[in-house]
Amino acid sequence: MSIRERLSGNEAAATAMKQINPDVVAAFPITPSTEIPQYFSTFVANGSVDTEFVAVESEHSAMSACIGSQAAGARTMTATSANGLSLMWEMIYIASSLRLPIVMSLVNRAVSGPLNIHNDHSDAMGVRDAGWVMLFSENNQEAYDNLLMAHRIAEHKDVQLPLMVCQDGFITSHSIENIELEEDDKVKAFVGKYQPEHYLLNKKEPIAIGPLDLQGYLFEHKAQQAEAMKNAKNVILEVSKDFEKTFGRKYGLFEEYKLDDAEIAIVCMNSTAGTTKFVVDELRNKGITAGLLKIRVYRPFPGEEVAKALSHVKAVAVLDKSDSLNAIGGALFSDVTSSMFVNGVNVPTVNYVYGIGGRDTTSSQIESVYSDLQEIAKSGKAENPYRYLGLRKEEN
Amino acid sequence: MAYNVRKIMAETPSRFTEGHRMCAGCGAPVVARHIMRAVKPEDHAVVCAATGCMEVSTFIYPYSAWTDSFIHTAFECAGATLSGAEAAYKSLKKQGKLPEDEHTKFIAFGGDGGTYDIGLQSLSGAMERGHDMVYVCYDNGAYMNTGIQRSSATPRFADTTTSPAGKVVPGKMQSRKDLTEIMVSHHLPYVAQTIAVDNLKDLYEKAEKAIYTEGPCFLNVMSPCPRGWGYATEDLMQINKLAVETCYWPLYEVVDGVYKITYKPKNKLPIEEFLKPQKRFRHLFKPGNEWMIEEFQKEVDKRWQELLDLEAMTNKAE
Repeated sequence: MSIRERLSGNEAAATAMKQINPDVVAAFPITPSTEIPQYFSTFVANGSVDTEFVAVESEHSAMSACIGSQAAGARTMTATSANGLSLMWEMIYIASSLRLPIVMSLVNRAVSGPLNIHNDHSDAMGVRDAGWVMLFSENNQEAYDNLLMAHRIAEHKDVQLPLMVCQDGFITSHSIENIELEEDDKVKAFVGKYQPEHYLLNKKEPIAIGPLDLQGYLFEHKAQQAEAMKNAKNVILEVSKDFEKTFGRKYGLFEEYKLDDAEIAIVCMNSTAGTTKFVVDELRNKGITAGLLKIRVYRPFPGEEVAKALSHVKAVAVLDKSDSLNAIGGALFSDVTSSMFVNGVNVPTVNYVYGIGGRDTTSSQIESVYSDLQEIAKSGKAENPYRYLGLRKEEN
Repeated sequence: MAYNVRKIMAETPSRFTEGHRMCAGCGAPVVARHIMRAVKPEDHAVVCAATGCMEVSTFIYPYSAWTDSFIHTAFECAGATLSGAEAAYKSLKKQGKLPEDEHTKFIAFGGDGGTYDIGLQSLSGAMERGHDMVYVCYDNGAYMNTGIQRSSATPRFADTTTSPAGKVVPGKMQSRKDLTEIMVSHHLPYVAQTIAVDNLKDLYEKAEKAIYTEGPCFLNVMSPCPRGWGYATEDLMQINKLAVETCYWPLYEVVDGVYKITYKPKNKLPIEEFLKPQKRFRHLFKPGNEWMIEEFQKEVDKRWQELLDLEAMTNKAE
């Protein structure tokens, strides 16, 4: 039986980690994910987990220790945000290249500079091509559920890649909401045991990891990583199906909210999807056929499926909570539009960069996007596709 | 059991094999091989190397010179990487997920670049957290892997590619950092400074103590570089000998804070003896540069005296 609780997103993540009971957690505090290692240290101090907690002196060392630990044969987890992830950056690539299924809870926050502790997705977008599976979560429930599925996906023999579960800093990490928790033994049974094929601590089969990998081999090794990322898509679907069977909550690569018959659609990730659903409902009451496509699996990017799901609409707006500063638009916009193009879907699409540095995104702003989309749908033209939402106008 | 180098060489298998690509005359492979010999044959080891000469010459895909498990991640994080592996061991052992009768030792190797400089934080963190591991710095006194750039371990006046001996600036103008003392300040159970000299007894015994002392231990091992220092490859052992006999590289250990100098030369040789065979100090012997040798000697004398004082102070009867 599920247990009804009220938890913040950080509490939900820490609870999932407690139930997973990993062998090692190595983490360094950073706002807004600090609570995760804090709660977890309490579990360690009270003996409610078997985990060795490594209280490292930096995030670079956190990821280095996670790599050492996972390579040694231990199921390993960590949590971080923003600059913490930036400091890990070098090791993030190494973790995936060594095919180590480390699981991270990433509580999204703006990357400096200047310094800002609030939510946007610039941290996650900085590692989008690093070879990690990336799942996004609308609320505390999804952050919890994604973490319960994380190890099964990451450790799968066809994947063997690290995985991060993202949620919005403060907006979900510090907001207390209702949540359905699962029982410890059921979670344990669902997650299963970690049984690595090769690991440093196996005396019977010493191995060497992390070579100098020159022109003769690196290309093939990178291609294997790319293949594993492609494989992850089906594995995510399989695991999600089993999750639904076990716990009753359904997950796919993305969520389509009133999208089947929609004429105009927004694509976004994490907590903004909640606000957007509210707006979709309001517009539907007014007879406007608005819909939403909420990305759950950002890496691997389900390009073909996204393109197909959007093929029938008349106008699309992609919301990016991170500016790519590249003069053509945000990262999610690039992924969505290129997927549409290569799959032959020609729907006028615009991009809104929004919510930077924790700027509040209101339902009326989302509504304004839909009203822009109505215009675009009418004219069939998407002019100035690289736009801002909620940017303060210069005052005269 | 008394140390017998022939017996050790003949009877313990080398856990660091031939076929690696370190330069002829390099001090590091001698150090690595002999330290690994101090691991009991029945024990398993996880070795971690920082990026550097040793890593790029001993593990070029698909070949490895290490018969134990080995991991390399990056330049600045051998301490943290190995601390993770050790935490995994502790956790799995505690949970009964590893055979009870098997023991694994954790040994990191980093050059002075990866240890004195870019990896200092990671090393300090791992030592402070008390992981049961040994960190070995093979100190060749510059960033040799990238082509002889100065490090904080480079001695004063040395000619390197980023502290060249020029017309105005005569080599590196700063003194070298004393990493061994920094590690002593971490209050570790065992810290030692050693070198491959004579029959390698000092190196072996300190390695054995470090590996089999529970908790975080540190070895600083001077490992000359023929390319960076400019000596003939066959002179490696002679250079090592001179480093010790001039007290440029004193051999000592600190056990729970108590200093013991493990070798005191009967006749301390003048520093010129150590400097002369090395091309990096060639400019010190030009007319008009006598002051540089004097300064060098003064610094060596001062550091040696400080060490003698520390030994006397920490061994005083209560």
